[in-house]
Amino acid sequence: MLVIGELINGMFARVGRAIEEKDAAAVRRIASEQAVCGAGALDINCGPGSLSPADDMKWLVETVSAAVDKLLVLDSGKEEVLEAGLQAAGRSCLLNSATAEPNKLKRLLNLAARYKSGLIVLTVGSSGMPQGCRQRIESAAQIVEICVETGFPLDNIYLDPVLMPVSVAQSQVGAALETIREFKVISPELKSVVGLSNVSQSAPHRRLLNRVFLSMAAAYGLDAAILDPTDRELMESLFAADILLNRNIYCESFLKECGGAKDGRG
Amino acid sequence: MKLMNNITVISGETKMSRQEEILEKWQGEVFTYVIGAKKEEGGTRGSVVKVGGEKTLPFLDKEGILSNTAAVALEIFDVPPADWPEELVAAYGGVTANPLEWADACVRKFGAELLCVRLAGAHPDAGGRSPEQEAAFLSKLTAAVNVPLIVCGCGDDAKDNTLLPLCSEALKGERCLFGSASQDNYKTLTAAVTADGHGIIAESPIDLNIAKQLNILISDLGLPLERIVMDPTIGALGYGLEYAYSIMERARLAALSGDRNVACPFICFTGQETWKVKEAVAARADFPHWGDQEKRGILWEAVTASALLQAGADILVMRHPKAAEEIQKYACHR
Repeated sequence: MLVIGELINGMFARVGRAIEEKDAAAVRRIASEQAVCGAGALDINCGPGSLSPADDMKWLVETVSAAVDKLLVLDSGKEEVLEAGLQAAGRSCLLNSATAEPNKLKRLLNLAARYKSGLIVLTVGSSGMPQGCRQRIESAAQIVEICVETGFPLDNIYLDPVLMPVSVAQSQVGAALETIREFKVISPELKSVVGLSNVSQSAPHRRLLNRVFLSMAAAYGLDAAILDPTDRELMESLFAADILLNRNIYCESFLKECGGAKDGRG
Repeated sequence: MKLMNNITVISGETKMSRQEEILEKWQGEVFTYVIGAKKEEGGTRGSVVKVGGEKTLPFLDKEGILSNTAAVALEIFDVPPADWPEELVAAYGGVTANPLEWADACVRKFGAELLCVRLAGAHPDAGGRSPEQEAAFLSKLTAAVNVPLIVCGCGDDAKDNTLLPLCSEALKGERCLFGSASQDNYKTLTAAVTADGHGIIAESPIDLNIAKQLNILISDLGLPLERIVMDPTIGALGYGLEYAYSIMERARLAALSGDRNVACPFICFTGQETWKVKEAVAARADFPHWGDQEKRGILWEAVTASALLQAGADILVMRHPKAAEEIQKYACHR
């Protein structure tokens, strides 16, 4: 599974401060720490407080690129911010994110294609937050149709089934799992991704909920997850899941070594 | 190898249909190990042999780069081989009685690019030549031939642990490949080859989990994974070849998917396994319907080796020069 580290996000106080003060050492430290813990990719988000997000994105991308050689996941709702990140990166990235809404999806596919990058697309259609597996799959089919129309390669698409908090919409957790498996029925090339922490929003025992969900999602074939790779128990349960699902070759020191085997996988 | 063309991908709900060639994309790659060091690198070899470096499965060169062809080594002993069948000895025209002449024939007469020398004479049951004697023999050998060397111990752990460090030191700078380390006996050899700049053969008993663990143990001692070559232990055709094949394939698929701990090249002792099975050595008189004995033995070794190439073998250690010659023609298409 591709682990996308979530910690470079201006929403977190220490990162917000580092962006404001252009404290490159602090950002590099967070990037390296996540890479060491097993992240194969790093999400980069300037956060809601950024006054000039395009400049901040450019600075973050340059700072992180200098520290680690990992896939960058540029995370913004604004296209100009994403493009600033793509230009600064000068290589393939993953854009986060679009929805099934056709106009914006087409624009983002075009942007991703120009920079030979991938795109995360939420299975959210015009009717708002999806209910049940069927609605999610309908959106996924629309997304795939638009990709095929525009000639965008499906193996560069990460579909997000949209995780909802178990405390708010308990039945939707199982629906999201089911959807992850169904994506592959639409096309085996499609990949799936979730923002893991959503599942435990405003619930107690968040880390427990996160890691149990992640293990289950691994069994349903999840390809990537945006999460906190410095949560050791979370990463260890993922390594154990990979061994139990025969995705990594068992050996006695599997727990110690799995981290090194994860790079670039997904 | 021809890949499937014109596969129609039909997706259920969206009813798409298109024609394309299905190619796998791999993230990982097998480490490259260079056997032998020329003068400018501190050795005395006239050539080097690069193994590994695959970015896709064998023969699937449309999916990725296969930088190096598989290497074929001829195997010699430090003493005249006691248990080799007559026709195998005869293939060398009598030189097996003198290891240095034997080595020379392998290189000059049979064109071997790589030699594997097995120090069988050091075994307590085979005369027990001393580490000093063997080290002196290896020095003479390096003077006699200038191809890269693979050096294998006698197979007795206690003896090998005194023998191989001395031999490793004697060949310091030549960047050889030394074998073999096993899960129960890897520390002494690992320390020696690390210090002297060689690579190591990590041997596991047809068990991928042990192979991976052993690589980890060796690299934990400080020898980089890039200097390990895995001996998965193979069986000859009809004697467990398919087990070896399946674990080699599994390891290679994992390596190409990014698992560095199994991303080492493979060495397969094809000759050793082939020339002890009945089908290769039984006399025609005993099995008249099996046909000519010599041809049968050569074929048995070559067929075993060709299957191992398909499984991902990077180095084939062979015994019959004719079988080696035949397999070389095939290996270069990889």
